[in-house]
Amino acid sequence: MIAVWVIIGIIVILIIIFIATYNNLVRLRNQVKNAWAQIDVQLKRRHDLIPNLVETAKGYMKHERETLEAVTKARNLAQQLSSAGAGERSKAEGELSSALSRLLAVVERYPDLKANQNFLALQEELTSTENKISFARQFYNDSVLNYNNKTQMFPSNIIASMTGFKAGEFFEVTATEEREAPKVSFTS
Amino acid sequence: MMWHQIRSNRNRSIVLVIVMGVVLLLIGYFLGLSFLNSGEVGLIIALIIWTILNLIAYFQGDSIILSMSRARKISRDDHPRLYNVVEEMKIASGLERMPDIYIIDDPAMNAFATGRDPKKASVAVTSGLLQKLNRDELQGVIGHELAHINNRDVLLMAMCSVLLGTIVILSWYASRFMLFGGMSGSRRSSSSGGGGGAQLIIFIVAIVLMILAPIFAQFIYFAISRKREYLADASSALYTRYPEGLASALEKIGASTYQLKSASKATAPMYIINPFREKGMAANDLTSTHPPISERIRILRSMAGAAYSDYDAAYKQVHRIGGGAIPASEITAVGAIPIRAASSVVKEKDTAEDQIQRTRETSNLMWQLNNYRTIDCECGTRLRIPPNLRNVNIRCPHCGKQHSV
Repeated sequence: MIAVWVIIGIIVILIIIFIATYNNLVRLRNQVKNAWAQIDVQLKRRHDLIPNLVETAKGYMKHERETLEAVTKARNLAQQLSSAGAGERSKAEGELSSALSRLLAVVERYPDLKANQNFLALQEELTSTENKISFARQFYNDSVLNYNNKTQMFPSNIIASMTGFKAGEFFEVTATEEREAPKVSFTS
Repeated sequence: MMWHQIRSNRNRSIVLVIVMGVVLLLIGYFLGLSFLNSGEVGLIIALIIWTILNLIAYFQGDSIILSMSRARKISRDDHPRLYNVVEEMKIASGLERMPDIYIIDDPAMNAFATGRDPKKASVAVTSGLLQKLNRDELQGVIGHELAHINNRDVLLMAMCSVLLGTIVILSWYASRFMLFGGMSGSRRSSSSGGGGGAQLIIFIVAIVLMILAPIFAQFIYFAISRKREYLADASSALYTRYPEGLASALEKIGASTYQLKSASKATAPMYIINPFREKGMAANDLTSTHPPISERIRILRSMAGAAYSDYDAAYKQVHRIGGGAIPASEITAVGAIPIRAASSVVKEKDTAEDQIQRTRETSNLMWQLNNYRTIDCECGTRLRIPPNLRNVNIRCPHCGKQHSV
């Protein structure tokens, strides 16, 4: 009789461990998903900001039509690819970042533009969006690391493989320019 | 890793909280035994006071603190840079909800976070802080505050201060009770025969507890508070990947000589630095809620990377003796995390122009929050109109143009 109870007890404990581990895995996977959505939000925000920025800058930067067009083009391409895979997408976003940084570098030559309140506000928004993209990516990668550790380490890996949890992908930065926020220096 | 293994990290603090709880029960029991002839009644009174204070702190704590410090809520449009920095740190820390942002109109440089759980949190900064810190520094400070929210420090410190408050209240009332006639209780019991010696011992224990318990509880409280400050610094470095931002912010804050007007002893541990610090105070004072600023700066500056393990190594390097600041369970989880470069919008030197720009921005915000309206005259003069002035014409003092209000 006692043996039966012991066995039942062990089974109950195992079930509890199973449920707890499973829920933990689900929580971590959801965190990864949320973190990815966060990156998405910020990339979209950047797409939305750029037309305004170009519009404001256009009036002042008569001699920089190419730079402005490059930004618009890169932005449109990135927007088209926003439903593509992570690899293609991060490449397009990388292109956009470098086009933007070129634009913001030549802003230096236009003191009138730098005095424009509207432009300054846009610049603050854009800088912050760049920061948010990199913080969102940072959080995403940390979440993926966390989740992958759980799916690969004993004993949670047994439950993970039983219930079909697959390791997540890191968001790698492809273009070197993507690593840095656009250079905006105010040296006068 | 950062957000969910805070549990293991809290253990040491929780042990200290339990010690405080035991002190509370002891003092309640012995005071009851010596003054009311019943330890149980004393225990019940202690628990009732504790429960009431806890409920108040839990449900009203954040609004009491915010109104005590005369903080005012701002929206995104009031100060886009501050809002953006908070949002950046919210993303980096993985907080679920954007905290409310408050401003305190005070030239002292300080900041605090409040809110019982991460879903209902607020962060407040002084106008002095907004004026003096550049973007990276502000990011470091906000990172520190959001770390307090994310690490559940706000709730922990509220629990601690309630325990401390209950112990102080009990001791205070017991001492009044003893001075003004409460002695009769113990006299009656000793005259009822038997156990006179035991009664005397209980009475002495009660008095000793009455005197020592508040002091002891306060030391524990300060110890917990200091531990949480180190951890919040480490988390801030991890979120921003840029410890220098917070280090340089702390340097500026430490050099500022203003004292925060609206701070009270009860809210002191919530601020980024102790609002009651005195100039040149000895380092590592046991009665301080915060570690010395110079030491926090030194630790942050000697970090080799941005991970908790780097903070711990830097802490050990600065302290040489004793354990680290971060429990081992936190450290092993993460690999190397490099420090990023200074953000490109921030210049190496904070020039006078930048400071003027920020001062102007902040004072505009404060005028606006006080319901002043601004009129930008064509000659470039900015007129500020007090909220009670209506339906009058105002002449611009420079060009003489009339403006109707």
